[in-house]
Amino acid sequence: MNRANVMIRLAPWLFTLALLLFWEFVCRAFKIPEFFLPTPTAVAGAIYEFWPAIYRNSWITLQTTLIGFGLAVGFGLLLGLAIGWSRTIYAGLYPLMIGFNAIPKVAVVPILVLWFGIGFVPAVLTAFLISFFPIVVNVATGLATIEPEMEDVLKALGASKLDIMRKVGIPRSLPYFFGSLKIAITLAFVGSVISESVASNYGIGNLMLQAQAQFQVPLIFAGLIALAVEGIVMYWVMALLEQRMTGWAQRSDFAQN
Amino acid sequence: MSGFIALDGVSHRYGGIQAGPDGVLAIQDLTLAVGRGEFAAVVGPSGCGKSTLMKLVTGLQFPFAGHVTVGGEDVHQPVKIAGMAFQAPTLLPWRTTLENLLLPLEIVRPHRGELRRNKAAYVERAEKLLASVGLAGFGSKYPWQLSGGMQQRASLCRALIHEPQLLMLDEPFGALDAFTREELWCVIRDLHAARGITIIFVTHDLREAVFLADRVFVMSARPGRILAERTIDLPRPRDLEVTFSSAFQDIVHELRDHIVKARQ
Repeated sequence: MNRANVMIRLAPWLFTLALLLFWEFVCRAFKIPEFFLPTPTAVAGAIYEFWPAIYRNSWITLQTTLIGFGLAVGFGLLLGLAIGWSRTIYAGLYPLMIGFNAIPKVAVVPILVLWFGIGFVPAVLTAFLISFFPIVVNVATGLATIEPEMEDVLKALGASKLDIMRKVGIPRSLPYFFGSLKIAITLAFVGSVISESVASNYGIGNLMLQAQAQFQVPLIFAGLIALAVEGIVMYWVMALLEQRMTGWAQRSDFAQN
Repeated sequence: MSGFIALDGVSHRYGGIQAGPDGVLAIQDLTLAVGRGEFAAVVGPSGCGKSTLMKLVTGLQFPFAGHVTVGGEDVHQPVKIAGMAFQAPTLLPWRTTLENLLLPLEIVRPHRGELRRNKAAYVERAEKLLASVGLAGFGSKYPWQLSGGMQQRASLCRALIHEPQLLMLDEPFGALDAFTREELWCVIRDLHAARGITIIFVTHDLREAVFLADRVFVMSARPGRILAERTIDLPRPRDLEVTFSSAFQDIVHELRDHIVKARQ
């Protein structure tokens, strides 16, 4: 491994460390009170002190998010294929979906609570509702951008629409699909945490809400850190999946250094 | 020569029949016949409906007036006996070159049902075909690992793998440099000689048309009609040297005059 590669490996850690040092420095230099912006060391203290609660609630949030995300993947994939399959379905569903996507999901949570009560179900559904849209759009885009010549080649051989979908459309939309998973997983976290903080007794969202009520500002930030870590880990998993599944689509040397 | 492929008084609008009477005419009252085993080149100014001609012959679209027959039968659906190649090689980047070649066999009957059972035989056929265009040993490479000329060769192979009776080529060498292009002229020439396949070759390169074809059809500007038809009686097999002969140059000039008129 040469020097440049070592630097690239270390860069994320160094940049994170630099951010934390800067944060610590600003807090101390300007004597910012802890209830306004706690120092990273105070946050670390809160993480240590409340570890069992943070750990338990992180798991709950992660499970909620992943179930909602799983639903979004299944539903988004089907809907994306349907939209890419038929222009009529496309014309009919697209405006509806855009309208639906424009609704702030926090406004939907009370309705979900009305239907399912507070807790696990509305959080899963919020995660699902907020994260399926990018998957649908990306899968549909992959299908819509099949080269017309490719279609001609196969149609002239007597290929059915299903043949073209199977041989060209679906493989072609996979890079778009896996790319959208990275966006969807982060949105799914947003969804579950929104619902947890409005209508649940569990999860990181709820933990932060309680910490706020008790004015334990370092604990609020500890919750944020926990979410950030979960988000990074899941994003990384999705990126890895993308690379594994669709390596053929990523062959550019553009951003090597 | 009987008309293996015949277009009789064919008119067609862009967007097909759905476009209605307001659609722009792509070709109008076009009549042309190509015999079995013949190499026909179609030249014309850009936008003269050459690609529409391709779609009509292969049964991807149907004319609103006139008849298209292939092998003596009216074309009502995709003809399935044609292989096609375009200016863009349109190889699938997630498949190796060999897998790209096998794609038509996954579609066309009867190969479709037999591909899995006779995989080895089909792979051998594909490898032979690759070797015949100078791509021996490149089957395991992905298309993006090949040069533009090599991709176009692979695209030709894909058009030929199911041993079609008709090969439709739409400016297949338009995006290649001059040297590669001449190399591929020879590849096509040899394929035609070896297989006796009927070829319709759409191009706007007159030298290409004259070098390769038995007959050259000149199309008018839109809406396209056949303005002139020229039999190329240069003896075969033709060598690249022939392109420097005066007989060759005379034919090119003659066709060029037609095109100039067509553009006016």
